[in-house]
Order: sequence, then C-alpha cells, then structure tokens
Amino acid sequence: MVDYLWLIVVLPLLGFLINILFGKRIGEPLAGWLGFSLVAISWLIALVPTLDFLLGHANPETIFYYSWIPMIGADVAILWDPLASLLVMIVTGVGALIHLYSIGYMHGDERFARFFAYMNLFIASMLILVLASNFALMFVGWELVGLSSYLLISFWFTKPTAAAAGKKAFIVNRIGDWGFLVALMIIFATFGTFDFVTIFTTAPAILTTGVATAITLLLFVGATGKSAQIPLYIWLPDAMEGPTPVSALIHAATMVTAGVFMMARSAVLFELAPSTGIVVAIVGASTALFAAVIAVTQMDIKKVLAYSTISQLGYMVLGIGVGAYSAGVFHLTTHAFFKALLFLGAGSVIHAMADEQDMRKMGGLRKMMPITFATMTVGWLAISGIFPFSGFWSKDEILAATFDKGGAWLILWGIGLLAALLTAFYMTRLWVLTFWGKPRWAEGTQPHESPWTMTVPLIVLGVFSLMFGWFNTPARLAFEHFLEPSFALIVHHEAPSLKSFYVLATIALIVAIAGIVWGWRRYHRTDLPVEEGGFWKNGLNAFYVDEFYGKVFVAPGMTISEWFADTVDPKIIDGAATGIASGVESFGDELKKTQSGRTRAYAAGIAIGGILLMLAFLVLGGGL
Amino acid sequence: MTVTVVWYLVLAAALFSIGVGGVLIRRNTLVMFMSIELMLNSVNLTFVALSKDLGLIEGQVAALFVMVVAAAEVTIGLAIIVSIFRKRSSANVDELAEMKG
Repeated sequence: MVDYLWLIVVLPLLGFLINILFGKRIGEPLAGWLGFSLVAISWLIALVPTLDFLLGHANPETIFYYSWIPMIGADVAILWDPLASLLVMIVTGVGALIHLYSIGYMHGDERFARFFAYMNLFIASMLILVLASNFALMFVGWELVGLSSYLLISFWFTKPTAAAAGKKAFIVNRIGDWGFLVALMIIFATFGTFDFVTIFTTAPAILTTGVATAITLLLFVGATGKSAQIPLYIWLPDAMEGPTPVSALIHAATMVTAGVFMMARSAVLFELAPSTGIVVAIVGASTALFAAVIAVTQMDIKKVLAYSTISQLGYMVLGIGVGAYSAGVFHLTTHAFFKALLFLGAGSVIHAMADEQDMRKMGGLRKMMPITFATMTVGWLAISGIFPFSGFWSKDEILAATFDKGGAWLILWGIGLLAALLTAFYMTRLWVLTFWGKPRWAEGTQPHESPWTMTVPLIVLGVFSLMFGWFNTPARLAFEHFLEPSFALIVHHEAPSLKSFYVLATIALIVAIAGIVWGWRRYHRTDLPVEEGGFWKNGLNAFYVDEFYGKVFVAPGMTISEWFADTVDPKIIDGAATGIASGVESFGDELKKTQSGRTRAYAAGIAIGGILLMLAFLVLGGGL
Repeated sequence: MTVTVVWYLVLAAALFSIGVGGVLIRRNTLVMFMSIELMLNSVNLTFVALSKDLGLIEGQVAALFVMVVAAAEVTIGLAIIVSIFRKRSSANVDELAEMKG
C-alpha cells in the first residue's frame, strides 16, 4: 500500500548526485534550495503514512524491493512501522529546516553546493538506517552516516583541527562499529538471518540469556560509539569543528540518536538480557552526569551544547536500560527539536558575532537579536525541564521509569536528577552569558539579527520544542500508543501511577528551577565570577580524558604502528619476499648450467636415464 | 636349432644399441638422424616379433603407427637439417648450441 516509500530515500540521494556532479554550475543559492526542497518533499511523502499510524489506520508492514543477498536474509526492503516513521519524520523534518537554515548560514562559502551534497547524502544514509528491514541493510546506513558525518565535520578541511576532528570521529566510531559487527555475526550464527521480523519473533524461543547478553552488550558497544556514551563520547565535542548546521543536524538531532534507535529497534533482544539493561542504564546515567559536569565549565558556546548533547543522550540510554523504550524514543524526539533549536540559535549568535564562540565575549545580545533570543529561551526552558515545555515531559518519563524500578535503581534516579540540576544550571549560564548583562564584545563587532532563512527554522523548532511534549502527557499517552505496534513483542511495563508521577514531576521541576535560580544569581551580575583553576580548569579540559586515552591507547598504538612500519614491514615482510626471490634466482643459476645446449649431452642424459630405469626394473622386478 | 622370438629380440636390442651409440658418438646431424631411425625400426622389430609370438594384432598396429609417424618426422627433421646446413654450411651438432642456458 505504501510501496512509494522508496522515494523518500531516493530523493535526497538524487539531490546528493546532482549537487556533487553539477553543484558548481548550479551555484548559490539554487544548490541549497534544491537540497532543501528534495528533503522537504521526502518529508511530505512520509507525512500521510505516518499520520495513518497515528490515527490507527495502518499496520506495520515490510515493503520488499530487491533481494540483495538472499542467503543471509539481507533484502533491500523497508520495515515501515511507527518507530521508523517517527525517525523519518524527525530526520526529514528537522533536516529540511536545517537545510533551509544552512542556505543563510553557508552564504558565501566557496564550497556551498558541496555542503548541500553532503547534507543530502547524510539524510539519505540516515533514512536507510532507520527504514532498513534487516540488520545488514541497517549496517549499510550505519556506516554511511559515519562517512557523511566524517565528510561534514572536516568540511573546512584546510583547518587542521577540523581535519583532525573528522578523523577522530571516524576512528572512534569504528571502535563502536566493531562491537556492532561482532553482534551481527553472533546474530547470524544464532538465527541464520538478519531479518528483523524473523529475529524478533523467534528470539524468545531460541535465544538463551547468555547469548542474548553477549549480543546486546556488543550492540551497546556500537551504540556508545554512534550515540557518544562513555567511554566513546570523546569524538562528539571535537565534532563541533564542523559548520554549526552540521552540529545541529548530525551531532545533536539525528545521527547521534542512531544508537538509541538501534537499541529501541532491538528492544526484544534487550528484554531477554536483563543484565545488559543494568550496564546500559549505569553507563547512560553516568554519561548524563559526567557530561553535564563538563558542560558547566565550558566557555565555548558550541562546546557547552556538545556536552549537553552527550548528557541528554545519556538520559535516552538510561531510558533504554530501564526498559522504558518509548520514553527513550520520546526524549530522542523532543531532544531532536530543542537541541537542533539551541544549536541553530547558537549558530545564529556566532554568525552575528562574526564567528566568535567564546561566551565571555558575548553578553547583552537580547536586544539585537530578538527572534534568536526568544527561540533560544524556549530551547533553554525545554532542555532544563520546565513545565510545560517538551523536555519536561520526556525527561520526567525516563526518570519516573527509573524510579519505578525501585531498589538500587534509585541511585540512578538520583544521578539523573543531579544531572538535571546541572543541566538547568549550565543552560542558564549559557543563556545569561550570551543574552544578558553588559556587552563584552570584541571591538568592531556589529551584532545583527540573522536573515529569514535562519530565523524561520528557529521559530518552527521553537514551536515544536514548546508543544511536542503535550503529545505524551501522563494523562494521555498518545505517543506511547503511537509506538505500540513497534514494541508489540515486548511485555509491557506497568506505567507509573498518575499520583506518583505528579510527585516525581514536582521534585524534578523543583530541581530544575533550583538550577535556573542558581545559574541566574551566579551569572546575572556585572562582575562575573572568576572561573579559573582547580575544578574549572579540569572541567574545561574535559578532565583530561582525551589525554588519558592518548597515553593509554593512542601512544602504544602509535608505537606498535611505527614498529610495524619501521621494522616488521621493511625487514621481516620485505625480507621474506626478497629472500624467497633471491633464493629462487640463485637456485635457477645453478640449474642453468645443465642446459649446455649440446644435443649429444642431452641424448646421453636420456640414454643413461633409460639404462637406469631398466636396471631398476631388473633389480626390483614387477613391484616397481 | 629353431629361430625363436628371443633371437628377434636380441637382434632388436643390438640394433637399438647401435642406434644409441650412433646418436651419442657421431657429430654429424644426418648420421645422428639415421641412428634415430635405426632405433625406431628396432622397436618396430620387437613389436612385430612379439605380436607374432603372442598372437596379438595390436603390436603390428603399433608398428604401422611408428612407421607413419617416423615418415612424418623424417620430412620435418630433414627439412630442419637442410635449412641449418644452408645457413651454416656445416652439420656439426656441437656447433648448434645457441639455446645454451
């Protein structure tokens, strides 16, 4: 019935091909409008089938197109269910808005068309990832988003830091991909297919807890790479070297949620491995807190948002870990809106401040940039978890689900709450330092509001950040009902009672307001607090985790590589090759002497050989 | 004293040995070539003798084959020898060592 859905993948891919082949000729701004409109059309195409799910008119279905590798059940096919449709809506919807924003933001860049080509490639890759009907095709999308992320982070590759950041993201992700790949091998060895529906329907019958734990832990390793969790989160702050729309689209709203999406997709497997859930929840909660602490100390406006993203992803992972899959996905959705909004707002500020990213050199911008200020305020309230903004509903749902498990899980709930306090604090810090107080601009800066292509996406995202949470209030769980068909194979957890939710929500709200008040009192004054030395210095350097990894993993790796390059390759490998060659050559030199060219010598050889053969017959008889 | 098959075989062995000796000792290509023919025909003799003795027709067939192949070989061999002789005005086999390894 929805056979035409292949179009939503192919259109951005087409945009990629057109812009990469003819982009220079199409030029600015037409190349950007082309990229934007193709993604927007994809969104429109997917809109009606998604609404069908929302209204309960449609059932999940697999749409088969092409048998790619029949032996392993790897078809080019779409698993069209509410979860996939939701992600398609986010990727194409937020994606289209960010394309629109980029037309203004990338104005004047000499590789304008190339940027939109890569962006379209990313959209297409992400759509392959979320629409895939089997793990093999999902892995194709998984790797393709890694590639396009690399291309976009190092888009300004003439800057050495950008080139290095791209490489770092790619390599760190590769470590996660290793886990994903091994998980896929075990899955194939166990099930003999990669097809989602087959795997998930047969899993409870044939999967032992041990194998399920192995598979899900390895899948989680993959997720820590893409979704920037401890210990593989280190690439994401560096990824801020890319253009700001890239940070908004890929490293806040969509790609980093791939890990969360993948775990939600494999929810059946995670349900069979309770101990994995504990690991996932602990990692998620620790990431949420740790990244929030670092975010408090950052001075670069984009770095604050980067660590904030890691922290929020920690919440989603915590949600998956406690088995609240739809809560995790719900937070994924609201986060996509408010974090994209915050990044685009930050980009608008950076644009206005002539590429200044240090918050110490901002201040007082609210009058010059009213639209950016208003929309950023919405984003700030949403991420802080203030009623009735979207972040309030989604974050609370995860915390409530954690609380509901009771026992030792309450520690994780406490950690989540503490992270929420810090979130409200550092976001207030960002908001006050940027928009309030006296201007501390560098000389000659003339802040101005951004063009309409940049403000319209801000407004749209602002509206969603405000209202999307109303979709899924504890009184009316529309979002969870919407996702139900995707999680139909899972035993449903009892939703927390309305009364306990009110108590928990009040606690969370008090915590958030406390964070905001704390931040406001600390930063809204003329003499800004000195934040140097001790904790601040350590935090600004992200507690030297990069340096630690550098010493423990990179340096030995480099030593081994150099040893291989300087010793093993030239001496052992090359030595073996040249040794065999020269051995053969000198042996040949010896044999050459027998080829005298004298016919009679050859004849004598044959005669002697014949005589010897005859003698052998005589001596040994017929037994030869 | 009756002539048995052994006599033929002894004669054939003698002819074969003369052929081998000719190939090994003589330097003239033509003579070496004749020696090879002698060896072939000594083998033919054993074929025919044993064919008669054992009452099997296959030996005679083999002999006919050898004759046919030898005829073809003679044509080609002589042609090569003649052309070498024309080129070098010598038929000494020891001088033909260009293919030395």
